Amino acid sequence: MPKVSLTVNGKPVTVEVENRTLLVEMLREQLRLTGTHVGCDTSQCGACVVHVNGASVKSCTILAVQCEGAEVLTIEGLASPDGTLHPMQEAFREYHALQCGFCTPGMVMSAIDLVQRNPQGLSDREIREGLEGNLCRCTGYHNIVRAIAAAQVVMHGKAKELPRAAE
Amino acid sequence: MYDFAYHRPATVAEAVKLLAADPEAKVISGGMSLIPVLKQRLARPSALIDLGAIPDLVGIAVSATTVTIRGRTTHAAVAASAEVKRAIPALAELASHIGDPQVRNRGTIGGSIAHHDPTADYPAAVLALGATVHTSRRRIAADDFFTGLFATALEPDEIVTAVEFPIPEKAAYVKFPNPASRYAMVGVFVAKGPMGVRVAVTGAGAHGVFRHAAMEEALAKSWSPEALEGITTPAADLNNDIHASREYRAHLVGVMAKRAVAKAG
Ligand SMILES: Cc1cc2nc3c(=O)[nH]c(=O)nc-3n(C[C@H](O)[C@H](O)[C@H](O)COP(=O)(O)OP(=O)(O)OC[C@H]3O[C@@H](n4cnc5c(N)ncnc54)[C@H](O)[C@@H]3O)c2cc1C
Ligand code: FES
Ligand code: FES
Repeated sequence: MPKVSLTVNGKPVTVEVENRTLLVEMLREQLRLTGTHVGCDTSQCGACVVHVNGASVKSCTILAVQCEGAEVLTIEGLASPDGTLHPMQEAFREYHALQCGFCTPGMVMSAIDLVQRNPQGLSDREIREGLEGNLCRCTGYHNIVRAIAAAQVVMHGKAKELPRAAE
Repeated sequence: MYDFAYHRPATVAEAVKLLAADPEAKVISGGMSLIPVLKQRLARPSALIDLGAIPDLVGIAVSATTVTIRGRTTHAAVAASAEVKRAIPALAELASHIGDPQVRNRGTIGGSIAHHDPTADYPAAVLALGATVHTSRRRIAADDFFTGLFATALEPDEIVTAVEFPIPEKAAYVKFPNPASRYAMVGVFVAKGPMGVRVAVTGAGAHGVFRHAAMEEALAKSWSPEALEGITTPAADLNNDIHASREYRAHLVGVMAKRAVAKAG
């Protein structure tokens, strides 16, 4: 069996895979990191988004063997070891940006990449465009956009605390 | 997905050798078209030859007269390139509207033109700007490169190494995106420059991307949206599917072309 060695959420791992194993299959079925979801088989929904070498990608559309030597970050790797949430996770909670939660891991991973690539700050419209690769069947996106708008303020160091959602 | 052998060569020469040795092998670049095809078991390559570890295939070079984009450069890199934005803003903008951010982080120019999906965006830019496709063995003019639906002049063991675009005087691309996939229902790229006045249409043609001779003639006489008034596109050779009828596509070609000329200024 082919082997792939990579770093997942900061930990080096070596996994036996088939050449056809998708990154998402390796993450979920072999590493048991089931926070990354699969919502389609047409590469369109974004539930599977993770970061590979700092860029958001659809883990259902990349082979595990293509990640040899790569740094992979999944939703499980965001919170600090003491349980403190990443500002984007905290914002999703504060702004009620999820209902069933199925799309959420992918949304959060895409949103973090989007914010990191745009240090100048994003308008609501730009946030919506940046989420083109993520589908949500529940929320209507409104609170997701509000959460990301709030999180970017903290992520860019413009505020220490997340702006609270109105009561 | 059926299983396959997997190779990760470090040079183009090595990749070509692997391809030549196995007629059933296929190159994988960004995988954004190929992996969905494999997942549906619509193809069964014996081996995948990954271009992902070939550093020579990535990068953008801009001279006074040309923009050259290496084959494995991602859509995201082209969209973000300050040099491309300066030299051919229409090209950077086209790249910035391909699919979604995750598709752009992986998908590449070489893969896009080698695949020649009839609804892909880059083929319109390559044809309208009169680009030259550099391969592992020769140079191919845009007019000779796209030969039909999902078909190109590439030999089975030939790899796209770069695309060289002459810098135009004016250019713009406007697409009517499919609201679900963002692929072009119809996209029109117009350009005026060293290669003359050229109009390329993607998304509409049943045989893939094509040049619109009547529009080119009209725009060569007078570069203005009004010059396109009354020019029609025969519907017979256009795509007809659940997204749009061929008559609607024919209409959209006219609308997108006028918008593109207006945008190019
Ligand atoms: C959800 C989604 C939305 C998309 N939306 C759009 C869109 O709006 N517009 C658009 O244009 N595209 C769109 N795409 C397609 C995307 O742009 C692909 O990246 C592109 O078509 C293929 O490039 P790739 O690098 O991923 O190629 P791959 O998928 O790796 O390869 C595609 C084909 O080209 C061959 N190939 C790859 N590289 C080379 C090379 N250098 N030389 C020779 N042959 C090669 C492969 O063997 C394969 O047959 C979308 C894709 C997805 C999944
Ligand atoms: S599972 Fe839907 S895009 Fe990956
Ligand atoms: S919260 Fe249910 S799909 Fe987004």
